[in-house]
Amino acid sequence: MLFQAVLLILVVAFGYYLFHNLQANLQDQGISTGFAFLNEPAGFPILIHLIDYTEANSYGRAFVVALINTTVISLMGIVLATVIGVIMGLARLSQNWLVARLATVYIETLRNIPLLLQMFFWYFAVLAALPHPRNSIEMGDFLLNKRGIYSPNPNFQDGFGIAVAAFVLAIMAAIALIVWAKKRQKRTGVWFPAYWSSLGIIVVVTFLGFALAGFPIEFDLPQKSRFNVSGGMVLVPEFVAVLLALSTYTGAFIAEIVRAGILSVSWGQTEAARSLGLRDSLTQRLIVLPQALRVIIPPLTSQYLNLAKNSSLGAAIAYPELVAVVMGTTLNQTGQAIETIGLCMLVYGTLSLSISMFMNWYNKKMSLIER
Amino acid sequence: MAIEFKPSPSLPPPQNSVGAVAWIRKNFFSSPLNVVLTVLSLYVLYLLIPPVLQWAVLDATWSGESKAACTAGGACWAFIAVYFDQFMYGLYPADEYWRINSAALLLVALVAMFALKSVNKMWLGFTIIVLYPIVAYFLFAGGVLGLEVVETSLWGGLFLTTLLGVVGIVASLPLGVILALGRRSHMPIVKSVCVVFIETIRAVPLITILFMASVMIPLFLPDGLNFNKLLRVLIGITMFSAAYMAEVIRGGLQAIPKGQYEAADAMGLTYWQSMILVILPQALKLVIPGIVNTFIGLFKDTTLVYIVGMFDLLGRIQAATHDANWLGTTTEGYAFAGFVYWAICFGMSRYSMAVERKLDTGHKRS
Repeated sequence: MLFQAVLLILVVAFGYYLFHNLQANLQDQGISTGFAFLNEPAGFPILIHLIDYTEANSYGRAFVVALINTTVISLMGIVLATVIGVIMGLARLSQNWLVARLATVYIETLRNIPLLLQMFFWYFAVLAALPHPRNSIEMGDFLLNKRGIYSPNPNFQDGFGIAVAAFVLAIMAAIALIVWAKKRQKRTGVWFPAYWSSLGIIVVVTFLGFALAGFPIEFDLPQKSRFNVSGGMVLVPEFVAVLLALSTYTGAFIAEIVRAGILSVSWGQTEAARSLGLRDSLTQRLIVLPQALRVIIPPLTSQYLNLAKNSSLGAAIAYPELVAVVMGTTLNQTGQAIETIGLCMLVYGTLSLSISMFMNWYNKKMSLIER
Repeated sequence: MAIEFKPSPSLPPPQNSVGAVAWIRKNFFSSPLNVVLTVLSLYVLYLLIPPVLQWAVLDATWSGESKAACTAGGACWAFIAVYFDQFMYGLYPADEYWRINSAALLLVALVAMFALKSVNKMWLGFTIIVLYPIVAYFLFAGGVLGLEVVETSLWGGLFLTTLLGVVGIVASLPLGVILALGRRSHMPIVKSVCVVFIETIRAVPLITILFMASVMIPLFLPDGLNFNKLLRVLIGITMFSAAYMAEVIRGGLQAIPKGQYEAADAMGLTYWQSMILVILPQALKLVIPGIVNTFIGLFKDTTLVYIVGMFDLLGRIQAATHDANWLGTTTEGYAFAGFVYWAICFGMSRYSMAVERKLDTGHKRS
């Protein structure tokens, strides 16, 4: 008890000491505390903004733009890394010697090289070596050059709502069909091929809706001009480099997790499933995968968290995410160290917490129901 | 009369189920999908290997004074050769390299002495953990025994990378042990202080901690007291890895059966006695692979100090590629850095796997 009281007093005293110093220092340097600076005009441009933003907008808006950029790159990275990880994890388990070796080389190389180095490599060595816009590499309607990857930009015309409505309707119908098929299987034991037919429904109905509205979509194709590319949609190199580096790096870690998860399901489970007469695909889907997922999900969560936190390295190659905008430019211009760093820590804390809460919920859903 | 049973000699296995042919059939062409995969992999190899070989070896230039010497069209390794010293030692004065080298040799020698049976391991550990850092610090920084003073701002390259990694991990180990014990403590205040510290640090990226160390620490210090930047960054890195270390060690503490705790209590040991004599030696041994993995992670993460303006191996390379004499050598620089980091991290991960295998024999669970 005494020990705890002493510790508490020490922690509080230390905190007060730091706070006291902080106030004295801030007074000396003439920095006013508080978040009032968020309303002042930022005065710097941001390369990538998904919501309207100009230099005249406030620091607060710049913060929101950066927050969106961080979220977007994290979510896209998570999806891409999962795809890469699953493919590479399965490839490393492949019976094909060559495929397994290639996957091993991929995993062991990327896992053991710092992420920042990989980001620099993609940005300064690969993407910077692409040709000038004048000599863009053309791949169909896509253009590839130093300034980024240009793709056709879809323009939605009147009546696109009809197509969307048809798509939503088709999905609802498909869900209803699957629910019905499952109920019927429970009742009678007869399975209706609901997955394939629902896929058919979605494709056909959406296409019909599209045709009914008179194909209400036009593509704005990127055009090469002498010095630049006009039109189209562009993915700038900063974005591509961060996304590539994050997803390939994290993908290598996820691959190992997937492999360990699948190996953790004992071979007896597969043999038992086969002796029950299940086909190979059903064995994988119904027996191996659900058991492997239980092992996979907890470490996968921490990889997702790592990816979200690692997106902050984008700051080093000027991808305008949270750290670059808030702790870089805003901090330099305003000198509000405590507020900006605190804000960043708060955001990352929230992001981490929400990802881990979602994964915990999913983990609970997948976990073994025991007595 | 008994008939002796004589089995006929077993037939050799069928021709196509043994030997190289069978191996190839089994591994490459066992099913249509497998055939497709094999062909695809061969194509990938064909796309990758010849151009890389051509670039890195056949067309490479190995020596020269500037980029202009690299005319063969391949890699310009001359760039690495010219800048090698800077990549290793940063801007440390060339005449004083021996100080870094001898400190490194000393460390290797001390660690190697663990293999000797006649040495008291306690004293050796004490020497490495307590005495060695003092000696090394004075060797690096100078200022005593006529050694020239070398500012920490000149430290860089692989030397700085190693320094950050090793100091970070060694300093975070005791801190991590205390945090892990605190987190498992029954005292609510101790427990909550540790949980808050660990979870806060683990929730934020290392960059924010480094920014905090380089920008915020000066604000928290009283007038007149100021740490140098290297020390500030070291404090940040140590706090960061201590939080991760604590979680690794907590895993080890949880893996120790309850009976060990109870037995220690039954012997009448105090809390600290039971921890130091019974629990921690077992728990730490269990988590050596985890500690090595944390070290690998930290070693890779030290590249981030470049963002707060320190020039470690990657930072030095990044700076060197801006040299007007060597423009266009980024790929060579990154390839070299990648190889160095890869060799160190891969070596350590193999070591941790070997330790895991060695320790596994004693703790196998059915």
